[in-house]
Amino acid sequence: MSAGAAAMQWPAWPEVARVLSLADYNTRVVVIATTLLGVASGAVGSFMLLRKRALVADALSHATLPGIVVAFMIGAATGVAGGGKSLALLLLGGALGAALGGLCLVALRRSTRLKDDAALGIVLSVFFGAGVALLSSAQRMGQGHAAGLESFIYGKTASVVRSDAVLIGACALACLAAALALFKELRLVCFDEAFARSIGLPAALLDAALLVMLVVVTIAGLQAVGLVLVIALLVIPAAAARFWTDSAGPMVAVACGIGGACSAAGAALSALLPDLPSGAMIVLVAAAGFFLSALAGARRGVVRRWLRRRAYTLTVERQHLLRAILEAREERGADAPVPVESLERRRVWAPASLRSIAARARRAGLVASSPAGLALTREGLAEAERVTRRHRLWELYLISEASVAPSHVDRDADDVEHVLPPELVAKLEARLAAERAAMPASPHAIGGGP
Amino acid sequence: MIDAPLGMTWSLDGWIIATGVLCAVACALPGNFLVLRRMSMMGDAISHAVLPGIAAAFLVTSSVASVPMFIGAAAVGVLTAFATEWLRRRGRVDEGASMGVVFTTLFALGLVLIVRGADHVDLDPGCVLYGAIEYTPLQKVSVLGVPVPRAAAVLAPIALANALFVAVFYKELALTSFDAAFAHAAGFRPSLMHYALMTIVAVTTVAAFESVGNVLVVAMLIVPPAAAHLLTDRLAAMIVLSTVIAAVSAAAGHVAAIAVPAAFGMGSTSTAGMMAVAAGGALVLAVVLGPQRGLVASRLRRRRLRHSMADDDVLVYLARARERGEPALAAAELGRRTGSRAALVRGALRRLAGRGAVEQRAGDWSLTERGSPRAGELLRSHRLWESYMVERAAVRPDHAHAPAELLEHVTDADLRRRLADETGRPTTDPQGKPIPPQG
Repeated sequence: MSAGAAAMQWPAWPEVARVLSLADYNTRVVVIATTLLGVASGAVGSFMLLRKRALVADALSHATLPGIVVAFMIGAATGVAGGGKSLALLLLGGALGAALGGLCLVALRRSTRLKDDAALGIVLSVFFGAGVALLSSAQRMGQGHAAGLESFIYGKTASVVRSDAVLIGACALACLAAALALFKELRLVCFDEAFARSIGLPAALLDAALLVMLVVVTIAGLQAVGLVLVIALLVIPAAAARFWTDSAGPMVAVACGIGGACSAAGAALSALLPDLPSGAMIVLVAAAGFFLSALAGARRGVVRRWLRRRAYTLTVERQHLLRAILEAREERGADAPVPVESLERRRVWAPASLRSIAARARRAGLVASSPAGLALTREGLAEAERVTRRHRLWELYLISEASVAPSHVDRDADDVEHVLPPELVAKLEARLAAERAAMPASPHAIGGGP
Repeated sequence: MIDAPLGMTWSLDGWIIATGVLCAVACALPGNFLVLRRMSMMGDAISHAVLPGIAAAFLVTSSVASVPMFIGAAAVGVLTAFATEWLRRRGRVDEGASMGVVFTTLFALGLVLIVRGADHVDLDPGCVLYGAIEYTPLQKVSVLGVPVPRAAAVLAPIALANALFVAVFYKELALTSFDAAFAHAAGFRPSLMHYALMTIVAVTTVAAFESVGNVLVVAMLIVPPAAAHLLTDRLAAMIVLSTVIAAVSAAAGHVAAIAVPAAFGMGSTSTAGMMAVAAGGALVLAVVLGPQRGLVASRLRRRRLRHSMADDDVLVYLARARERGEPALAAAELGRRTGSRAALVRGALRRLAGRGAVEQRAGDWSLTERGSPRAGELLRSHRLWESYMVERAAVRPDHAHAPAELLEHVTDADLRRRLADETGRPTTDPQGKPIPPQG
């Protein structure tokens, strides 16, 4: 790619500033319309994702092509609506194509044994094939300029003029308004369709409404993103939002935000680099947003989940250390420091990991270290007793209620002791009333491993 | 040599059709398993996702379908499958959405690469989507001294390799497709088969890419196997049928690309597009005319069932009337008693009269000697069922009629004998009406 990079015309700074400040009227109009589109597709895409129908938009967007070309041919042949150049006419054709595709999807699903995935693949590829065949004919008709139709395939923000942008923006706003107005009903249908039906919501009608919104967003996105990639606007922001939250309202809001921001950035970028396909630029910016969300997302992000897991592991290790020291003290019957080597034998700790666990506990003020070994501080002793108590209560419970052999309970209790909430500990105590007052004795021999 | 029709020439159109057939067959073979595994959209995802691999290899080697391209594509195809799976598992993203994220991103990347490199190489974005099968005969290579279009020379070994793969791993593919858990327990490796299949799909996609482009390759992968799936319940038959449908669609597609626009006075259109449309037509035919599950077949079956039930109803109500001392009934009265539409009753009477089971006298209908045995069987079934339900299933006597009304139609002699044995061979039903003797 070195040759390609060298040939790249990077825009000069004044150009960048002009685009970013939206000084240029056409850029401003296009960026605003594309942003609205991104916001609307974030909202509609969220519901499609929750409904587990993320890829329906892919089939429908491909199904627009034959509709668009037929609309163009009719326009060109009859001379109405600017000889097939009117965007409204073409988009109407596209919407009809998508609607027909949707009907075929439903028909295939209802009246054959083909599954959803096959129905999607069939509608997508056969409609697109018909579109390609029609397009090839339209281009050879000679009259009119069918070449413009190809901008619907990959999207071309540069070809969007003011009236087009107003149309796109209006479609997007209408969808957004509809999605917000129906928010409560749609959420219910997405999460519990049976319940929604049982309280009298017209689930089929709501699904149809969602499909109409999907078609409107899709055809509004054709000019900016193109029919091959408009699915990305409907899937990526919604999937990215899923990393940030577990509840539907915030998810739709985040998806709208990500969709809007990525579309704005992508449109600005393609205004700066007009040679590059605008749809692809918007998708790549959205993919970057997805990647960031996957890493840093507050709920399911990889980093956050790793941090949570690490915090848990550290807690578990610290509690094991405290219990090991306490048990060693019980054995010796003395408050003297416990040699590190004897602790290593209790659990299967590598010397290095034991050292780092001990260092962390020392920093937390739970353990005091001396050349003779490790000793518990006052806080450490309290914590160690609490932890050990939970461990032994659970062991006793397993022995008395689950008939686990005393020699086997140690490891079983290990898994659970760290997550026992106080209420459960209280219940265990009530159940094992005999041990209520004091620290229960270990029900098995405590030793240096198996 | 025979002249080809429609102004086609063997040297040009013959090769286009041959290339199309090879492409369609190569795709349909692995496509069967995509359809059966409910992974059809994975074919779509992979065919989009290989674009950056194709673009990069193209920019480096300046040729399509080269060895590096196949290696790159196989790698990207497996990567797509891995990335989708990883996002689904680790990121807990919905499967469709994770596919959507991965393939749109890779496709967008590939597009930017192609447009950036467009100054250096002639691979235009249009060709990415719908291929250029019409131009394949122009670029020939010599195979054993015979000039063969390069695309055909590439697709033939791929089709052969796919056929070999399906034949050699037939058992593994079948088992992992139908019951992955059992296959795993039996010592097969479902995930290995999964990624092997993904590799095959990716390589096939790249080979087909030059001819039909990456959207229409989905039609070749999915549509013929889906059509075959509607025609048969046996895997081997489905695979064979899918390749036949694929080959016929490809050939018909090229002919249609020339013939259909000509009918409107226009020049020929895109062969790849028409191949997809022809495959779609084959699917519609399978949906409508399929022997078992086709719309026509199942409608006929339902109609036949409705008719035979109407015939039975007329017979059994005529028999009941005779029992009560009414030798004949008007058609309207029969309709009222059986609760059927007048047209249905008229049809039943016409059919039964044709068989000599009923006869009309002075406008009213009565049973004949020939109709009596069947009427007796039905009445016996009905009343045995009532006895059985009242005695054995604790159904209240006045509630037994409605279910018996349905069951009488599907009860044969053997079942009647067993019902009689179970209920102690009664001679009257719970209402005290006589049960006709075994015929």
